[in-house]
Amino acid sequence: MSVNVDVAPLPELADRSKTWRAPETSLGRSRERLAWLLVLPSLLVVAIVALYPLIETFRLSFTNTRLASTREPRSVGFDNYQTLLQEDAFRSALSHTVIFTISSVLLETLLGLAIALVIHSNFRGRGGVRTSMLVPWAIPTVVSASMWQWMYHDVFGVVNDILVNQLHVLNQKVAWLANPATALPAIIAVDVWKTTPFMALLLLAGLQLIPGDVYEASTVDGASKIQQFFQITLPLLKPALLVALIFRTLDAFRVFDVIYVMKQFASETMTVAVYARQQLIDLALLGRGSAAAVIIFLCIFSFVILYTRLIRVEEI
Amino acid sequence: MASTTLTPSQSGIPLERIEGLVIPKRGFPIGHIVSRILFWILIVFILLYTLFPFYWAVVSSLTFDSQLFNTPASYWPSQIDWSHYEFVLRNDNFIKALENSVIVSVGTVAVALLFGSFAAYALGRMQFRGRTAILYIVLSMTMFPSVAILGSLFLMIRGDWFLPTPNIYNTRIALVITYLIFTLPFTVWVMTQFFKAMPGELEEAALVDGAGPMRVFWQILLPLAAPGLVTTGLLAFIAAWNEFLFALTFTNNYDARTVQVAISQFSGRSQFELPYANRMAASVIVTLPLIVLVLIFQRKILAGLTAGAVKG
Repeated sequence: MSVNVDVAPLPELADRSKTWRAPETSLGRSRERLAWLLVLPSLLVVAIVALYPLIETFRLSFTNTRLASTREPRSVGFDNYQTLLQEDAFRSALSHTVIFTISSVLLETLLGLAIALVIHSNFRGRGGVRTSMLVPWAIPTVVSASMWQWMYHDVFGVVNDILVNQLHVLNQKVAWLANPATALPAIIAVDVWKTTPFMALLLLAGLQLIPGDVYEASTVDGASKIQQFFQITLPLLKPALLVALIFRTLDAFRVFDVIYVMKQFASETMTVAVYARQQLIDLALLGRGSAAAVIIFLCIFSFVILYTRLIRVEEI
Repeated sequence: MASTTLTPSQSGIPLERIEGLVIPKRGFPIGHIVSRILFWILIVFILLYTLFPFYWAVVSSLTFDSQLFNTPASYWPSQIDWSHYEFVLRNDNFIKALENSVIVSVGTVAVALLFGSFAAYALGRMQFRGRTAILYIVLSMTMFPSVAILGSLFLMIRGDWFLPTPNIYNTRIALVITYLIFTLPFTVWVMTQFFKAMPGELEEAALVDGAGPMRVFWQILLPLAAPGLVTTGLLAFIAAWNEFLFALTFTNNYDARTVQVAISQFSGRSQFELPYANRMAASVIVTLPLIVLVLIFQRKILAGLTAGAVKG
């Protein structure tokens, strides 16, 4: 064990903001080796369960491989992609996914922002309200899907009961999930319910970072509440808002659980993730399913790049 | 009174204007009362919106089947009926699924925390070539779409790839391994920030005293990181407990099937009975432990979630 560390004290403990320099001491080199040994298990896991399968998915997407088939798979070039883009089922799955993503993220953000602004003020019981908002987040998606399936029941569901018998908004009961026109909006409402509180808590964290004197100063200058919102709150909240938006978009684009539990493979609500699962496993079409998977991956990957641009890893 | 941060002498603003800022509603007591009432209506509305669906699941699970299908519905159970819970808890498949879920989730969390804190120690407290690249990989992996690799993972699990691995389809180990995709990068990312935020003096002193880096890790840093481990472990546990797609795809019976799959396939005693009350009872059983954990650790969870998601 080296003791003369006082000469060149561990470079990594010195100024971290400086750019990295190659270790000059033997201790520095052994620390570097140790660092790599420490990250190795995690890197291996990522390589085996994510990187290799991803490369394999790209490869499979150019073949006509079938699950559990004795036929020798052969390369088919871009045929799978061509088939997908011409197939109505995939195109409607893609449009459902886009509709789902845009409307759920938009509603969650607006509602979440409104709720965050309400809870941001000081009042008795604020902690309790905040805590209660973690409940929808903690409920497993499968559970929330079956809860809402029961609430949406055409005859005995509580949603119809409230709208028809209590509030008299509708004059007859609606088969929310069975009706192709209302199925997707109904599922979007479930997703909005489950994620809005989380969005609100993230935005609340952003609101709390805005110093109070900014508002005081602008009140003195005679700014109205609405002016304050658009000229102070929104611009200062932008970083938190942007990150939360991208994060939710990524999540919404790959939606599977809530759709599968409520509607399985029904065509009127099928999203690309549900489509991919059906092709890959249920229809055993590994080639075509992989092409769909690649398309999902590329869409999400472009958002991930955007996200990593917003977060400066160097500072972490 | 004016706030302490903005005294007249500091801001140079005449005192009267600041007095006016603090009590602007002096002349409008009725307007003030109305706005308070509106505010509390909003709060009640928010609470109803977030809590009512779960409340409804609890009420339905405790209602007699005969009353469950009454219209209009009753919003408060007049009598409590435990028979749905009895039915669910006597169901061997459901119990087996609960056991599978516990084993898979705990196993996933244990591996993710062990590997994750090793990596986080290196990434948070050491400088080395490739550190930034690894951080980028970890960050983008936290958002990896698992459906994109479903097919090739399926082949690997059945031993159908270039390495001679056994067929582990329909085993709990297959779920633990694949669940690392979404738990490990998250664990590394959050733990790195925990390690990074620790004061360096203790570690430095121990190193100067001649303790090896691994001893420093086990005896100084890891105990200091305990709160972080609890938070991260809890969030990883919730993610694993709630996972559905892999559990659905990589199992075909109750040898490995988890509760999420069990609930999605829950049916009544006969095909003519509506399974909703039993399903709600099962849902409450599966969710209640999570809600209790979340309520106990709510502060830590909020901190962990914001560290994981928003760090702009």
